[in-house]
Amino acid sequence: MVDVRSGIGEALPPPEVEDVELYHPHSWWTKYVFSQDAKIIAIQYATTAIAIGMVALVLSWLMRLQLGFPGTFDFIDADAYYQFITMHGMIMVIYLLTALFLGGFGNYLIPLMVGARDMVFPYANMLSYWIYLLAVLVLVASFFAPGGPTGAGWTLYPPQAVLSGTPGGKDWGIILMLASLIIFIIGFTMGGLNYVVTVLQGRARGMTLMRLPLTVWGIFTATVMALLAFPALFVACVMMLFDRLLGTSFFMPAIVEMGEQLQHGGGSPILFQHLFWFFGHPEVYIVALPAFGIVSDLISTHARKNIFGYRMMVWAIVIIGGLSFIVWAHHMYVSGMNPYFGFFFATTTLIIAVPTAIKVYNWVLTLWRGNIHLTLPMLFALGFIVTFVNGGLTGLFLGNVVVDVPLSDTMFVVAHFHMVMGVAPIMVIFGAIYHWYPKMTGRMLNEALGQIHFWVTFLGAYLIFFPMHYVGLVGVPRRYYELGEMAFVQDSVHSLNAFISVMALIVGAAQIVFLFNLAWSVRHGRDAGGNPWRATTLEWQTPETPPAHGNWGKELPVVYRWAYDYSVPGAAEDFIPQNQPTPGLVTHEASS
Amino acid sequence: MAVVVILVLLAAGSVLFHLLSPWWWTPIASNWNYIDNTIIITFWITGIAFTAVVLFMAYCVLRFRHRPGTTAAYEPENKKLEGWLATSTTLGVAAMLAPGLFVWNQFITVPQDATEVEVIGQQWLWSFRLPGADGRLGTSETRDITPENTLGLNRNDAASLDDLIIEGGELHLPIGKPVKMLLRSVDVLHDFYVPEFRAKMDMVPGMVTYFWLTPTRTGTFEILCAELCGVGHPQMRGTVVVDTEEDYQAWLAEQQSFSQLSASSEANPAATSIAAAAAQ
Repeated sequence: MVDVRSGIGEALPPPEVEDVELYHPHSWWTKYVFSQDAKIIAIQYATTAIAIGMVALVLSWLMRLQLGFPGTFDFIDADAYYQFITMHGMIMVIYLLTALFLGGFGNYLIPLMVGARDMVFPYANMLSYWIYLLAVLVLVASFFAPGGPTGAGWTLYPPQAVLSGTPGGKDWGIILMLASLIIFIIGFTMGGLNYVVTVLQGRARGMTLMRLPLTVWGIFTATVMALLAFPALFVACVMMLFDRLLGTSFFMPAIVEMGEQLQHGGGSPILFQHLFWFFGHPEVYIVALPAFGIVSDLISTHARKNIFGYRMMVWAIVIIGGLSFIVWAHHMYVSGMNPYFGFFFATTTLIIAVPTAIKVYNWVLTLWRGNIHLTLPMLFALGFIVTFVNGGLTGLFLGNVVVDVPLSDTMFVVAHFHMVMGVAPIMVIFGAIYHWYPKMTGRMLNEALGQIHFWVTFLGAYLIFFPMHYVGLVGVPRRYYELGEMAFVQDSVHSLNAFISVMALIVGAAQIVFLFNLAWSVRHGRDAGGNPWRATTLEWQTPETPPAHGNWGKELPVVYRWAYDYSVPGAAEDFIPQNQPTPGLVTHEASS
Repeated sequence: MAVVVILVLLAAGSVLFHLLSPWWWTPIASNWNYIDNTIIITFWITGIAFTAVVLFMAYCVLRFRHRPGTTAAYEPENKKLEGWLATSTTLGVAAMLAPGLFVWNQFITVPQDATEVEVIGQQWLWSFRLPGADGRLGTSETRDITPENTLGLNRNDAASLDDLIIEGGELHLPIGKPVKMLLRSVDVLHDFYVPEFRAKMDMVPGMVTYFWLTPTRTGTFEILCAELCGVGHPQMRGTVVVDTEEDYQAWLAEQQSFSQLSASSEANPAATSIAAAAAQ
């Protein structure tokens, strides 16, 4: 069971590669603004993503005010409501979650965790951030453009997305939305190539692929997927832009709009849906896989125990990543596509549940017989498991083609995807920030504020989205500005909606506590030292905290073991860093 | 300890909420109770899995939380346990997928004796077309839509002329007879959704989609649009009435055919403009 490699504990001579040709900053501008240091770029990405994420948070408040208390707020008309839901969805999925996991955590953690000095193409990396910022600014501009942002729903389904019955359809809204996505994808590609090549080429001596921390495996696989999936969205955006601006008919069949014959013909609205979801489904895992990886490391570190079944965990990530490219049409069971597709896509979709379930088992089996420290990262990790299991299981309803028929396009779907790709990954983001903030700043986040933040966010989010499934089960459709009179909807559903809205306001407000904690602790937090969690991975072994440009000082680290040597019998401490040789001590070697 | 208590309360509360809350699906009015049964099976399997995982986590936190002097076990892998868990998960998934695919096959296999009814969606109105005495629907084209011919029927197709047309009114269906709903849109995506029927399907401009059902109880049910179709989406409502055969025939006799409507609109241009206004 335990594979042993001879000589594993013996020290190797330090590598001869010293400081490579990094562009060291010469001024304040090149150090903090146009920086080529992945760690600064990471913080730029994260700050921008969180800032635009706060816009999405406020939008969610506004839409919940309308749903919970319809007719109370005059400034929320139907146009505004559809603009709020559209921008909330798009910002959360693309500009917050994707950018934060890959641009933020990817940039900060990949070079440090693999033992590199920086990303392999630092200049392209810098450019990636500035193009991302441009994409965000174009998106924000649509709020101020004539007609306001698009209200087509985040899925942007044509023909309605480019017609006058939809806010922004014949104004600037949809144009700026599509332009922003195109710019985002260009910027992401520059960053994404960097992450992939750095993991493949930039690893320290001894850091084999099967010694990588699962965080790196998650981000690496998600980036490969994103590089393959985003082009489908890119193409779809370009084609729709042509349909809207040049009058082409990629997605536009013959249409009579409000009694008037349009000059389109021969296009297919379903083609857009296939392109969108060929991107859109992998996108779910582009967000989920980094979360899977990070939470594995959080659980292992804070339970002082190796991750259970490391090799199985790596293969599960890779298999999930691969399978996620052949399940996309499960978003389209009632789209009118050929109904025989249902058999194939339901089968592939439910198969993906198996490797996903294995990951869940391995997380809880890591807790089993562990030495569980209930730190803030651990609490958020527990919150992740609860919400991810809940949201993952409702995916078995929606993935199982015929069960999807009554539930599709109802609030059940909204509850499902918020639980599984909203709440669960965000739990991991919070856990990860509480975990790595000490490395980024040298100070700990405040514990008491963190406890308030965790309990309100976790329990509040569960109370929002768990009951919402039952609103959908009753039959309430999604994307309804107001329910009005529906004979099959009991009055109590309206009370439940009001309850959900109140919880949403509370959970949103709890994020202010978190932001305050981030700002306050930079100066006033408890001094963290270099390795406050007594963790094994390389980022905690840097000579300086926060790590300087180049990360490692004079000598690159040499890696002797996998990332999970916690509580090794016979070792002096309950953790052995990856770069520490242990002559005479036999430990597990996952790579053989 | 607070963590353990809260995790147990969360698992127990979720189960109690499921069992005791008043929020459940509306009574079914079609043959698709198979779908309801598959959902029940799925609720059981997923409910057990969720409760087991959360309670196991609670147990781990209770039993293995850090206390002075405790250390974690060192067990990197356990192939037997991993294999056992993977196998039981696969069985659970198969137990949900098999009935799901079985019922899906029924869902997409339209009975030979199903009568056809066409539903036409436009922003933000439902219209319907029923075959006339010849028992079949004539051809139609979005390109042929004019203010006088708001559904775009083919005037040169004899089968079109006796088709019964209901613009913006109620659709009636006879109880106990399978019906194939042919779905068409003239502008954007819509979705024909009657919660009591359980079935729904998008309506896509440029193509005809379908589903079938057999109504199983009489009553009046709401038609909702379930695919975002612009700002009027929530207002796009209609009514479907499931009748006894007698009532259905009586209703059918009152409906006007395409040729009748065309004739009256030529005789009375005012009626045409009303129809055109309704279409908008």
